[in-house]
Amino acid sequence: MLKLKINGKEHSVDVSHDTPLLWVIRETFGLTGTKFGCGMAQCGACTVHLDGEAIRSCVTPVSRAASKEVTTIEGLPPDVGEPLRQAWIAVDVPQCGYCQSGQIMAAAELLRETPRPTDEDIDEAMSGNICRCGTYHRVRKAIHLAADLKVKGGQR
Amino acid sequence: MSEILNLSRRGFLRAGIAAGSGLILGVHLSRFGSSIALAEEKGRTFVPNAFIRIGSDDVVTVIVNHSEMGQGPYTTIPMLVADELDADWSKVRFEPAPVDPAYNHSVYGLQMTGGSTSTWSEWDRVRKAGAVARAMLVTDAANTWGVEPATCRTENGFVIHDASNRRLSYGQLVDKAAELKPPQNVTVKDPKSFKIIGKATKRLDTPEKIDGTGIFGIDVKLPGMLTALVARSPVFGGKVKSFNADKAKAIPGVRDVVQIDRGVAVVADGFWPAKKGREALEVVWDDGPLADLDSKTQGKKYAELAEKPGAVARNDGNAAEALAKGEKKIEAVYDLPYLAHATMEPMNCVAEVRADGCDVWVGTQFQTGDFQATVQETGLKPDQVKLHTTLLGGGFGRRAVIDSHFVREAVQISKIVKAPIKVIWTREDDMRGGYYRPRAYHTVSAALDAKGDPIAWKQRIVCQSFIAGTPFESVIIKNGVDATAVEGSNDIPYKIPNLYVDWQQAPQGVPTLWLRSVGHTHSAFVVETMLDELAHAAGRDPVEYRKSLLDKSSRQLRVLNAVTEKAAWGSPLPDGRGRGVAVHESFGSYIAHVVEASVSPEGRVKVHRVVSAVDCGPVVNPDTVKAQIEGGIVFGLTAALYGEITFEQGRVKQGNFHDYPMLRMNEMPVVEVHLVESKDRMGGVGEPGVPPVAPALANAIFAVTGKRIRNLPIRREELKKA
Repeated sequence: MLKLKINGKEHSVDVSHDTPLLWVIRETFGLTGTKFGCGMAQCGACTVHLDGEAIRSCVTPVSRAASKEVTTIEGLPPDVGEPLRQAWIAVDVPQCGYCQSGQIMAAAELLRETPRPTDEDIDEAMSGNICRCGTYHRVRKAIHLAADLKVKGGQR
Repeated sequence: MSEILNLSRRGFLRAGIAAGSGLILGVHLSRFGSSIALAEEKGRTFVPNAFIRIGSDDVVTVIVNHSEMGQGPYTTIPMLVADELDADWSKVRFEPAPVDPAYNHSVYGLQMTGGSTSTWSEWDRVRKAGAVARAMLVTDAANTWGVEPATCRTENGFVIHDASNRRLSYGQLVDKAAELKPPQNVTVKDPKSFKIIGKATKRLDTPEKIDGTGIFGIDVKLPGMLTALVARSPVFGGKVKSFNADKAKAIPGVRDVVQIDRGVAVVADGFWPAKKGREALEVVWDDGPLADLDSKTQGKKYAELAEKPGAVARNDGNAAEALAKGEKKIEAVYDLPYLAHATMEPMNCVAEVRADGCDVWVGTQFQTGDFQATVQETGLKPDQVKLHTTLLGGGFGRRAVIDSHFVREAVQISKIVKAPIKVIWTREDDMRGGYYRPRAYHTVSAALDAKGDPIAWKQRIVCQSFIAGTPFESVIIKNGVDATAVEGSNDIPYKIPNLYVDWQQAPQGVPTLWLRSVGHTHSAFVVETMLDELAHAAGRDPVEYRKSLLDKSSRQLRVLNAVTEKAAWGSPLPDGRGRGVAVHESFGSYIAHVVEASVSPEGRVKVHRVVSAVDCGPVVNPDTVKAQIEGGIVFGLTAALYGEITFEQGRVKQGNFHDYPMLRMNEMPVVEVHLVESKDRMGGVGEPGVPPVAPALANAIFAVTGKRIRNLPIRREELKKA
């Protein structure tokens, strides 16, 4: 049995320890917002936060997450999640939408560490997330907007 | 969406409760009851036709018969309905259509999404559906008030009688409206009266795509569901000779190993045990006739085929004679590889086959085909089969498969193991699973007269046909020419008096399919880079040259004028940067791109800026149109810079995004899309942004390096400074 904390709730799970965290999140906990794209940390669709750090859950054995905080798109805290979601809607970022959970989770980490990212910061933080529909320049625009919203929100 | 997939109500769905009140036009309730029945519980509803349901809570639900794969029909089609209905947009919702002939494509006659047709093919039908519903609500209100319908008007979800200052919301009218007969003749709005159509409108499906609640095929969960991975032949056309499942079955969590038509399925409690089980599975394959397939050898074969005349796709004047007479002759050979769609969501399907019925959940572009395949595989009656369309994590044609293979696999496994089954393809399964854009080999000979104008063009295309031998053959293959192979070449818009295009069908074997913009993906590259070569040979500016060869009233000229103005064609650029242009019509829309690019001494291409001008006729949602062109540009750049599926010893070499790369954020150019106002015929926008990208980039690279790109993807070693 492994102890896991997902989106603030503690769980014990009985799975093979080499199972990638992605499949425990999706299949054991039914949180399907985190997506399977490549299985080898190439596309970023499976991005979640492990103790606040963006990781690729498709190559992270569940045992590595034991006793740590896992945050998925469903549990993204409002202080980070809300500005991002508002910006994503304002810019109409998603097309098919499949990669967007991963994009938002990567962007959340970026904004937490760099509240006012430059285009170069965005390139650096977001180049691990593939979008086959090609929404990159809207993702970029939305991250800048979310940064604005977050700053304004903080001043209120 | 979430309602249809709320699987705790499966028993309810299965019972096939008929909808209560409501009028249905041309739809059999027993079949499409699954979607409308659920909402019936909440209150009374008015269902004037297959596309609209209005609840007593004023919510207007538009049933959308085109699959959502990023291109926005879940917003665009509701916009068409809502405008005619004078609905309150904040109360408009969408719902995917079930499978029913009422939802067949208005042109194709099948329930299918493809060919960049979703908006224009519904333009008349769903607006009329909205107008019918509006007329019935007006009649209902007028009857209630005892006034003439003509004295009533509608606005924002209300019927209003100004003279008596009375109003009723649509929700208040649902009971009696349901008892009225739909009018036979209704008039749709004059475009001047549009309130929603033509305005940038936020997509209705964004919220569920940014909080993890949107349900794609891979996300469907059923009680007792098992996950299957299928071991498929590593060589296309190969067959299972024998297999030993002992080691696979020894993996904890593996429940069963079963043989199906396309391979051997390992069925397990979840993805991970299924994957480990498949790795442990021992299969002996009979590789079949493609065991030695090799891309280099295949290229030679294509070159040989290009020596022989093909089926004639266009023949104006006498190209052979004119070629001999020309002042200058230019010849070029092009080789463009197989391409994988590489949708972000790998192929998958959920099927539950029971003795008394079958449900399939799938992100599909081809409901009719997949439904019929399910009926055929299960031996059930059509009314025992239900197919539920989920969100599609990308389509690009890959989810419109003529043979329904990814549905058949899931249905076959579920039928054998008697449990709900989700088949998941790994990225490698998907990348190596075929159904590629065909490899295309072109030869072009052209001749110029003394002034530099083209007088002859002879083009031969060698590629496979994915239409031959399918039910689509009689529609798409005419006089031996597969339209999907020659489109974009046989309709060259430039004034060339002697023009000949033919097609040589390459040997079948590798499964191929339509990929976003289909034949235009290769034709536009060949035609638009060759045009640049001719302009260069004539010593003329590539834009001026094109303009001189286009009809004065052509829409190509319109977008070319717009793009050169917006991109400031001819103005100075930073050192080391070049500009290239291309213009191309596909799927009824006209697009011109100007690309600015530079090439490093190591041969690395950087795309700095893409400016685009679009004439797609009347625009429904301008922001969606722009988004589709933006996405098309990225799709086209990915293909030009990276896309290539190759074979060695019968096996596909590429497997995942490390060796089949995609354009990424750090490579994303500045993109500017300009919509040209147009009252001409409406075209599509999902695909047409793609074709002019690669040629505009190749022409920019020529402008800056003097090197011509004739093979894709663009290879760094060929651009490296010696």
